Amino acid sequence: MTKTVAIIGGGVAGLETAKQLNSLGYSVKLFEKTNTLGGHVAKWDRLFPNKRHASEVVSSLTLSQGNTQTITETTVHSIKRENQGFVISANSSNHEADAVVLATGFELFPAEKKEEYGYGLFENVITSADLEQMFKKHGKPVMASGHKPVRIAFIHCVGSRDEKVNRPYCSKVCCVTAVKQAIEVKEALPNSEVFCFYMDLRMFGPGYEDLYKEAQSKGVTFIRGRLSESSEIEGGRVLIKAEDTLASTPLKMSVDIVVLMVGMSPLRGTNKLATDLGLSINADGFIAATDLHTNPTGTATNGVFVVGACTGPNNITDTINAAKATVLDVHNYLSR
Amino acid sequence: MKLEGKRKIWNEYQKDIADDKYFYVRSCIRQAVFPGSENTYLRIMRDVLKKDVHESAHHTTCTGIGYHTEVVPFETIQTVVARNFALMREAGYENYTPSCVTSFGIYTEILDTWHHFPEEKKRTAEYLKKATQRDFQEPGNMAHTSDIIYKFRHQIAEKAKYKLVNRITGLPLKVVDHIGCHYAKMFPEKGIGGAEHPHVLAGLIEAFGGEVIDYPERRHCCGFGFRQYFIKANRGYSIAASKKKFESMEPYQPDLILTNCPGCNYFMDRWQYALAEMEGKTYDTQGNGIPVLAYEELAGLMLGFDPWEMGLQMHQVGIETLMDKIGIPYNLSEKYKGAKGEDLGVPESPRNIKFYK
Repeated sequence: MTKTVAIIGGGVAGLETAKQLNSLGYSVKLFEKTNTLGGHVAKWDRLFPNKRHASEVVSSLTLSQGNTQTITETTVHSIKRENQGFVISANSSNHEADAVVLATGFELFPAEKKEEYGYGLFENVITSADLEQMFKKHGKPVMASGHKPVRIAFIHCVGSRDEKVNRPYCSKVCCVTAVKQAIEVKEALPNSEVFCFYMDLRMFGPGYEDLYKEAQSKGVTFIRGRLSESSEIEGGRVLIKAEDTLASTPLKMSVDIVVLMVGMSPLRGTNKLATDLGLSINADGFIAATDLHTNPTGTATNGVFVVGACTGPNNITDTINAAKATVLDVHNYLSR
Repeated sequence: MKLEGKRKIWNEYQKDIADDKYFYVRSCIRQAVFPGSENTYLRIMRDVLKKDVHESAHHTTCTGIGYHTEVVPFETIQTVVARNFALMREAGYENYTPSCVTSFGIYTEILDTWHHFPEEKKRTAEYLKKATQRDFQEPGNMAHTSDIIYKFRHQIAEKAKYKLVNRITGLPLKVVDHIGCHYAKMFPEKGIGGAEHPHVLAGLIEAFGGEVIDYPERRHCCGFGFRQYFIKANRGYSIAASKKKFESMEPYQPDLILTNCPGCNYFMDRWQYALAEMEGKTYDTQGNGIPVLAYEELAGLMLGFDPWEMGLQMHQVGIETLMDKIGIPYNLSEKYKGAKGEDLGVPESPRNIKFYK
């Protein structure tokens, strides 16, 4: 009899896991709370490091789902172990499965929590996600008034490496995303001035360092220093204060748009599912794997696996790799 | 500015404030610099709002300025604070209401310390017993007096004779608020509206019909940074900080600066005079300077209290321009008379800032 695997979350982690399990002949039920697949990536315009359209990745994953039963607009409320399997309660109906993969992903850090930056207050303070939407819609950033911005500041590490908001960890992808977006701004608005305020530039992946060099060659100015506060001035422009820690001097400048590079936060709601299943949560709020080095997809509960950004910040490549590894673990478990 | 964003923040930072039966502790410097302001508060509370406010003649300074300048050790200030708490309980009260923002910060910090380090509280109790034979309990509720005025702002506004509205144009007067650093910057959850976009004074301005003005250096220090002013060699930083604020608010042409901290009130008032003397400049268009009031002074003025009875002549920047805009009558011949009509003497006129006498 064909065994069934329930995957919670229809982002790239869930989609790749579903695709691979399908190819091994398992019956796969993929639960997604929204009405679209692809998670955060589906909302992105282009991807680092090669500026490929995000829709290509999402399409490639969704079109290769085979017999996966995708159940969208469905929130999983609880998962209980019953006999040798699991019962998944979602939108007042129950589903049975032999194994469960949590691919619930993350949520963007709510930028409003950095009250001093003015997100939600000042109309030209936006997030990196908002900027992707602008690129999708207009192909360039636009001020709230509809005017073309001349000066744009990117603020790195908003909700990352920040103990004040209880996010002491690095979100990994924001540095390279800022560099990618800064280049895109320069390409769309060649006469604009673009500034990146960073703590460190963590360019760890293939092609990332090249992207950083490209940004420099295109005239993006990198300032090592964290934003202290922003204020709205005439015309909806934004006055920002920071410290240039290389020059050891305070700095104040007015810009047309401030882009906050929001980090990855643990998804609210995942903790309940994890607790129901007896999983451990790390101090940073993400789900703990059995062994960080040797078993990063396993959990303390037999038959329950984790993949993707529900275990911590991840980029697409690492998520796809993790999904393939998870599938092998699921297969081994179900073949006992 | 998206007002709904501000309202969201304000809603997140609310706190319980007692309704009545307050134990009131005065500021050590307000009595010296703006001696009528605290009496104005008591008059509003007792005569207008009919609240029970108790004072003890035995209460002392919190020693906060000494603590922040490293003259008073932490053990000492905890014991002094515990003594004031003991006086409150002995008088049968449990709602502690300090008039000073520095004190409010001190009390908040010490209560938080005792919460996290109960051994400090135990040791303080031992010191207090040894020194005074007193026992203390923590307050049931603690709020700064600007919180209290905020709580009753709509009641006060209902009874007010005047509004923060220009009597000629009918337009709201433009008011900048300045919140003392120790009110919420250390413990944002203890301040109404939090630390970044506080509502404690903005709410009062709105209730009186005024318009709250945001300006880029709204959060900047008033000039009374303790290490700027108490170290004489650093006083240039103090006036420079105030100047930065005035220059930042100047394009918005505010009609009033509203404060909730004794130091802010004093420095933003006095340094306008000093800057006018030094540079021949005021930050309004008429050479008057921008009037500076504390929350209870504004409330008293709106309620129709006599400005000179409230001691508003003690402000360096004349309040007359504000009263003229609103249409509040005043008698200049009474400005420098004492409570019994005695002549207090008219101060020397400054050179570059308009002086009403």
